[in-house]
Amino acid sequence: MSDSIRALCMPKWGLSMKEGTVAAWLMEEGDEISPGDEVLDVETEKISSAVESPDSGILRRLVAEEGETLSVGAILGVLADADASDADIDAFVEDFQANYVPPADDEEDAGAATETVEVGGRTIRYLKRGEDGVPVVLVHGFGGDLNNWLFNHEALAAKRAVYALDLPGHGASAKDVGEGGVAALAETVAGFMEALNIDKAHLVGHSLGGAIVLKVALNLPGKVASLALIGSAGLGADINDSYLSGFISAERRKDLKPHVEKLFSDPALVTRQLINDLLAFKRIDGVQAALETIQGAFAPGGSQALVMRDEIEKLEIPIMVVWGSGDQIIPASHAEGLPGSVRVEVMAGQGHMVQMEAASEINKLIDDLIG
Amino acid sequence: MARTISYQQAIGEALDQEMARDETVVIMGEDVAGGAGAPGEDDAWGGVLGVTKGLYGKYGDRVMDTPITESAFIGAAVGAATAGLRPVAELMFIDFMGVCFDQIFNQAAKFRYMFGGKAETPVVIRTMYGAGFRAAAQHSQCLYPVFTHIPGLKVVTPATPYDAKGLLIQSIRDNDPVIFCEHKALYTIEGDVPEEAYAIPFGEANVTREGDDVSIVTLGRMVHVAEEAAVALEKDGVSCEIVDLRTTSPMDEDTIIETVENTGRLVVLDESNPRCSIATDVSALVSQEAFSALKAPIRMVTAPHVPVPFADNLEDLYIPDSGQVQQAVRTVMGKD
Repeated sequence: MSDSIRALCMPKWGLSMKEGTVAAWLMEEGDEISPGDEVLDVETEKISSAVESPDSGILRRLVAEEGETLSVGAILGVLADADASDADIDAFVEDFQANYVPPADDEEDAGAATETVEVGGRTIRYLKRGEDGVPVVLVHGFGGDLNNWLFNHEALAAKRAVYALDLPGHGASAKDVGEGGVAALAETVAGFMEALNIDKAHLVGHSLGGAIVLKVALNLPGKVASLALIGSAGLGADINDSYLSGFISAERRKDLKPHVEKLFSDPALVTRQLINDLLAFKRIDGVQAALETIQGAFAPGGSQALVMRDEIEKLEIPIMVVWGSGDQIIPASHAEGLPGSVRVEVMAGQGHMVQMEAASEINKLIDDLIG
Repeated sequence: MARTISYQQAIGEALDQEMARDETVVIMGEDVAGGAGAPGEDDAWGGVLGVTKGLYGKYGDRVMDTPITESAFIGAAVGAATAGLRPVAELMFIDFMGVCFDQIFNQAAKFRYMFGGKAETPVVIRTMYGAGFRAAAQHSQCLYPVFTHIPGLKVVTPATPYDAKGLLIQSIRDNDPVIFCEHKALYTIEGDVPEEAYAIPFGEANVTREGDDVSIVTLGRMVHVAEEAAVALEKDGVSCEIVDLRTTSPMDEDTIIETVENTGRLVVLDESNPRCSIATDVSALVSQEAFSALKAPIRMVTAPHVPVPFADNLEDLYIPDSGQVQQAVRTVMGKD
């Protein structure tokens, strides 16, 4: 049997994904595939996205049918070179199916378990994937958590260690946010790196997280290898105040949904499960107060308190700014007029959650930035 | 962080966290501590099904065993609530509420209204309901419609461990009397529950499954029966949307109307007896407010209008099951 035959498998997006449904094949049998090509669309309870090929080759077999629901790791299709025979491919699929064991329902995926660390008296939850190299630290935005990186984390971790953390007041981290502004949260991120003995890291921040990692770089330039700022705060005063206030005050599904829809270019991505997860987070004691404190310090009176665009020039590291042109939370115009050394990518038609909606492009851009 | 615990543990955890947070929260009821004569605090039984186990050792006299006189201790809980405590009274079976109707209907439910808003009655009455335990006609009823009928009471029927914890915390923090109904058959089911305290607002139904063809509006244990039916029907190409009401007073009318406008067909599934039930109430609401959206007459799936039988085979027939739900769905689909 040829070694060149490889399986394309059901990906695992985020901690809780156990299975996915094949929505549509985007490629046909016989198509030439390059790494990163979108091969099929998969839907889960939480989200829909395209599955990208990790390898190159010819798509020789569509094993999964449209509409079929399969466990994480199940075979979806087969990639092979032209010289592999159909009989070889039949044997490969048969062999794969015979040996495939779906993950047990109650089994903790040891590779995907979150951990916690104490930073400045607060418990911070994080997820580490990958090993070695100069690590990457992913910092989510207001109201988010480490799952905001579910389409990026694993892909970036192929070449290096990648950490994603929950900011104070978010996810499963402590709900005490202290003063709650960008500077205070930047101290936590710097403290997180220190606690995990990360001497130097590539920092990737989304929205509020972008302002935070920029602040970390300005405070501790020697600790930061590069900056990727996605739909980032900290580069201008404008911010959608009705989004922040609406997100905080909504207690019910129908009140929250219209606000969350502003985050995406495709509102259909806002599933029932996504809203339920956000409501479950917002209901936890202390979260409301934490979000209000952050809003009060980060965007008092409806505009950002800390604008750092004039200080970017001081930084002598590779910096990339990425925006969705249709961002309804922080306007893409903040990407204009930055120093010439900053790489600027404005993605047409994308929204605020561009790292989820255009994950493959974002992952390529980040890989390219950090080398 | 969320971990998997049972419905029973979720209720115990809600009580524990609220007692730790607010010292005015007290528990009273039959055997809630563990009964007189128990050799020590740690082995106190904690109610007939052990829901309050461990709380007596932790909170001492704030967990009070009462005599077997429901009328007296429910009255005491109502009075204590008006005087500044937040009592959680455990009334072993909802069937025993009858002897406390004056305390609940005429006193607790009326104080805020009749004293012009100057009195509040933040009492929670926790109680077990439902058939399936071979416990006969006086220990198996689904009487939440009786309480839903009374203005001034709030009525809660959690279906999952997550909802049980969040709705009980909301019940304790709420300033009105709440009847908190726990289905006996659900105590052992498990689900993801955050360790932290959280409150789920009343009047927010939960769409537990999205679908296009038929809406199944239901509550309590029947949410799981609806799910079983929906899984079976999906294989036949029928897509069901399931709405778990979570609370029957207040009731989330908007979500009921929305789901019917989405699917055009309604099956209401309710374990209580059919007359003046949640099934009739939801059906009346939809007939009045969303009639033009209906593509077929509404079907109700309920227990029959008889007491809960003691004979095993008859009790099994009495409880609405997945087969009856599937049949009702096929009827509204015009497929029978």
